[in-house]
Amino acid sequence: MKVIATGNYAVAEAVKQASPAVIAAYPITPQTEIVERIAQFVTHGDFPCDYIPVESEHSAMAACIGAAATGARTFTATSSQGLLYMHELLHWAAGARLPVVMANVNRAVGPPWNVWADHTDALSQRDTGWLQVYAATAQEAYDATLMAFRIAEDWRVLLPVMVNLDGFLLSHTMQDLETVDPGSFIPPLHLPHAIDTGHPAAYAPLTGPKDYYRFRWDMERSMRDARGVIAETEEDFAGRFGRRYGMTSEYRCEDAEVLVIAMGTLAKEAEVAVDRLRVEGTRAGVLRIRWFRPFPKLDLAGREVVVIDRDYSFGFGGVLAHSLCSTARIELYSVIAGLGGQEVTHGDIASFVRERKDGEEHWFGVKDDV
Amino acid sequence: MYEIRIHSRGGQGGVTAARLIALAAFRDGKHATATPFYGAERRGAPIVAFARIDENPIRIYSQVMNPDLVVVLDRTLVPVVKVLKGLKPHGTVLVNSGHAVTLDHQRVHHVDLTGIALAEDLVIAGEPVLDTPVLGAIARLGVISLASATSAIAEMFTDPRNVTAAERAYRELVL
Repeated sequence: MKVIATGNYAVAEAVKQASPAVIAAYPITPQTEIVERIAQFVTHGDFPCDYIPVESEHSAMAACIGAAATGARTFTATSSQGLLYMHELLHWAAGARLPVVMANVNRAVGPPWNVWADHTDALSQRDTGWLQVYAATAQEAYDATLMAFRIAEDWRVLLPVMVNLDGFLLSHTMQDLETVDPGSFIPPLHLPHAIDTGHPAAYAPLTGPKDYYRFRWDMERSMRDARGVIAETEEDFAGRFGRRYGMTSEYRCEDAEVLVIAMGTLAKEAEVAVDRLRVEGTRAGVLRIRWFRPFPKLDLAGREVVVIDRDYSFGFGGVLAHSLCSTARIELYSVIAGLGGQEVTHGDIASFVRERKDGEEHWFGVKDDV
Repeated sequence: MYEIRIHSRGGQGGVTAARLIALAAFRDGKHATATPFYGAERRGAPIVAFARIDENPIRIYSQVMNPDLVVVLDRTLVPVVKVLKGLKPHGTVLVNSGHAVTLDHQRVHHVDLTGIALAEDLVIAGEPVLDTPVLGAIARLGVISLASATSAIAEMFTDPRNVTAAERAYRELVL
């Protein structure tokens, strides 16, 4: 069905269709509409669900972990400080190999207090063992949420998935959305290590130096296998519903001499900048990173690259820029822009490309004399 | 692409008006987006909301800098906010007012949305509802069809007086 919806409502619709057995919810701006909308669905009996209004994000993730350990499909949503409050349990969900699905509405971390879009919240959780995907439209947030359940629950993966959408820019912007009937697209969850009171077992016991690394290696092997599972899932999704995705999304990249690389809504806006640059005679393209974990394998040889980070790792640099440097071994122009919802237009993005200087870092808006 | 900027105060319905415009444009078969710019998130604080309408999917998420149409739901914002900033050379301005208004030597379209809301008894928490009547005025400007405007209103609000108010604003807009 074709409707018009915000990114938040798109996620809530997809969750309804995936029908998790347990949802733990704690409100935080700009995510609140997701759990509010789902609460309405549950109240109206749209799908059977134990909806647990918890007292904190830490408890939200703990409730998802407990429920998931019994083999139940689980979901929660959060943002910013809420995500950070979950930090310890993000590691736990991944290490316990529980396919929790979570929407994270990307928002800046305080202080100073700020509720607007920023990727530092999610990127600071990159080493927790969660898969991370970043949406650029309400449609993509919806589709990625549906796919997240199937990917997380696949026995070759069995890791939690975080679906990211930009605070306000995507979470609160109304746009076209086509909902689908997922039918058999998401098979029922069968967790191989689900708690079974008929066959008692110890979970996560003390594991010594002789064996611990084996569990870590198993996680990494699954993360590597996840690339294939993502491709398979996206292929099946395209076959059934006609929308095709990938680890990355390319716009006018075939003959591009310079690539703009970014995530989320900034990368969508960059398409408009690229159209303008092409009129001026610059062969530009947009390479949008969709999956940040596992990180895509990229071949950027012979291209100039302008990376826009809506995040920062202090004392080091843009997280996306440095991820690209370490995987693709390239020189690039690193732009730090859009922090805490800083306004970045397609005109600004075109300027980044025109003024690019390989190997340098530029903080948008910061004057040289400051 | 047709771009709209709405100026209002928190609680007056500027954000909802943008959403209704997008929904109506969508019913007209167009692509549309509605984006609020949340600042203080307080009742009475100046609020800006944007809507975009196009034949093609919309890829722009940044704020509307050069609107084709500026809508001012609260005239007391005029001395506070630069409501005409960036308006396209032949752009349109619509102000909620019971009498003719001149902004920066420019004559603007006006309609008494507050009066219509009060006459229809559309008042929530002591504030006249402006977001549904303004849809009628915007339809009269040809941005969306009246049929889609009223269907969008009916989809979001059950009270039929919202549609009546929009139809009244459609008729009463002074061009």
